[in-house]
Amino acid sequence: MSHVAQVYPHALPGRRAGDPKPGTPAVAHVSMRDVDKLFSRPGGNPDDTFHALGPIDLELRQGEFFAVVGPSGCGKTTLLELVAGLSTATRGEVAFEGEPIVGRIPDGVGVVFQEDASFPWLTVRDNIAFGLRRLRIDAQEKTRRVDRALAMMGLAPFADSYPAQLSGGMRQRVCIARTLVTEPRLILLDEPFGALDQQTRLLMGDEVLNLWRKTGATVFLITHALDEATMLADRIGVMSARPGRLIDIVETGWPRDRDSRIVQDERFGAITARLWRALREESMKSIGALKPGAQP
Amino acid sequence: MKGARVWRVAILVACVALLEVLCLTGVIDKLTMQPPHRMAVDLVNMLVSGSLNGAIAKTLGNAAVAFVAAVVLGVFGAIIIHRLRRVRDTLEPLFATYYAIPVFAFYPMLIIVFGLNAAPQIFIGAMLGVVAVIVNTLNGLDRVPNVLLKTARIQQMGARETAWRITLPYAAPYILTGAKLAVAYSLIGIIGAEFIMSNGGMGYEISFAYNNFDNKTMYPLILLILIVSVSINMLFARWEKSILARRGLR
Repeated sequence: MSHVAQVYPHALPGRRAGDPKPGTPAVAHVSMRDVDKLFSRPGGNPDDTFHALGPIDLELRQGEFFAVVGPSGCGKTTLLELVAGLSTATRGEVAFEGEPIVGRIPDGVGVVFQEDASFPWLTVRDNIAFGLRRLRIDAQEKTRRVDRALAMMGLAPFADSYPAQLSGGMRQRVCIARTLVTEPRLILLDEPFGALDQQTRLLMGDEVLNLWRKTGATVFLITHALDEATMLADRIGVMSARPGRLIDIVETGWPRDRDSRIVQDERFGAITARLWRALREESMKSIGALKPGAQP
Repeated sequence: MKGARVWRVAILVACVALLEVLCLTGVIDKLTMQPPHRMAVDLVNMLVSGSLNGAIAKTLGNAAVAFVAAVVLGVFGAIIIHRLRRVRDTLEPLFATYYAIPVFAFYPMLIIVFGLNAAPQIFIGAMLGVVAVIVNTLNGLDRVPNVLLKTARIQQMGARETAWRITLPYAAPYILTGAKLAVAYSLIGIIGAEFIMSNGGMGYEISFAYNNFDNKTMYPLILLILIVSVSINMLFARWEKSILARRGLR
């Protein structure tokens, strides 16, 4: 029995926590239509803008794992912030479960950032429980959820430790657990393993896949690591250099029940190579090695 | 670290011992200073007899009020200033030169405004401490990582809740540094003001004893001020140390 199954013995095959309720219309879980984002230049007048992102048209399916790869500065994080409601599109519409996201953080969305977002003044347990303070659930249920998240992320022996006493990978697990206890229907991951070593990244990838399978949430992952995207995602969006647009969407075709051992699959290299073919020219543009329109 | 502490205590003990020897051998005459052991004995006698308990309570009470006022005003002031860029740009140069202003020069004016009571002294004490709290709190608020503020937004926290649950706890070690300074400034403000003009309090009693060559009262009171100030400072330092240790910063 897997670790997740031990923690969630009641989990039923085929039933996922994020599945829409009966009668819910079949809409894209997240949709972006003709989305553009322009920023004012720092210190410039408001009309002096640069085009950071778009136009983007994308639909995320309920319960899928979608990754976005792209060159540095192409607007990956901007895209995630638009979906999270942390930023507003200059043009176009972003919607979650059919409701437009405009100037508000939608309910049911959890975000894990690349940087350490654990609260250094709280213990691991209190950090995780922090995510629950807005939910109208009784203390017993809160304790149950926190204990479950601690067990799931392998943090139970460190429940009373402070983040400073943990490694970078464990602190990131605390942040994931804090997001997880709220049982979000959409989990946004902004390069969550960026600060970790390769081995830890693979293992954390396994953890995230476990969580995704169990919770049934839709996962939207931003990463610069092509192998990470290939290993984790059902579909991978490839972004162009700034202004970031989706230039390709790759279906990996992996089974839902997968883990980091998938890197041994012969198709793994082919998918990663396809991503790199699509990205190479864009990455060269982003570092100024290739002028737009020139042959690579 | 432990070695440094031992040396610190050793230097302190050596200085007190030297003073004791100089006083007992008459190099420092009795009219100028009592030997330290005499100060300690007189202090105990004074506290046991309760002759100056009213004055001590008055000073420490007023200093506590001034300290609380400095911390509350300082922290809230810093939160507001931190959110208003233009106000901060205007005030920051003033904060940098604030301690060049002789605040005690305003004391006569404050007596005219508030009368000869505790209010002008508390005002002076709070005025001395508040800027130290503001400057240190601003320093702490500046260091709150952007990712924690984003987390607060994701958690749908408003400005007040973000301040209460995120930015102030993060800035706590810096606020504590300001509070530590505010303790010293509040005591200085209150005792200094009492010394200049007052109808009671430790500063007044020290001044009165000084004018009457009453070393048996003056030195024990000075010793008491030293003990109180150092003890509170050590308590804050200990608290600060435990917070920093929890965060892996010490």
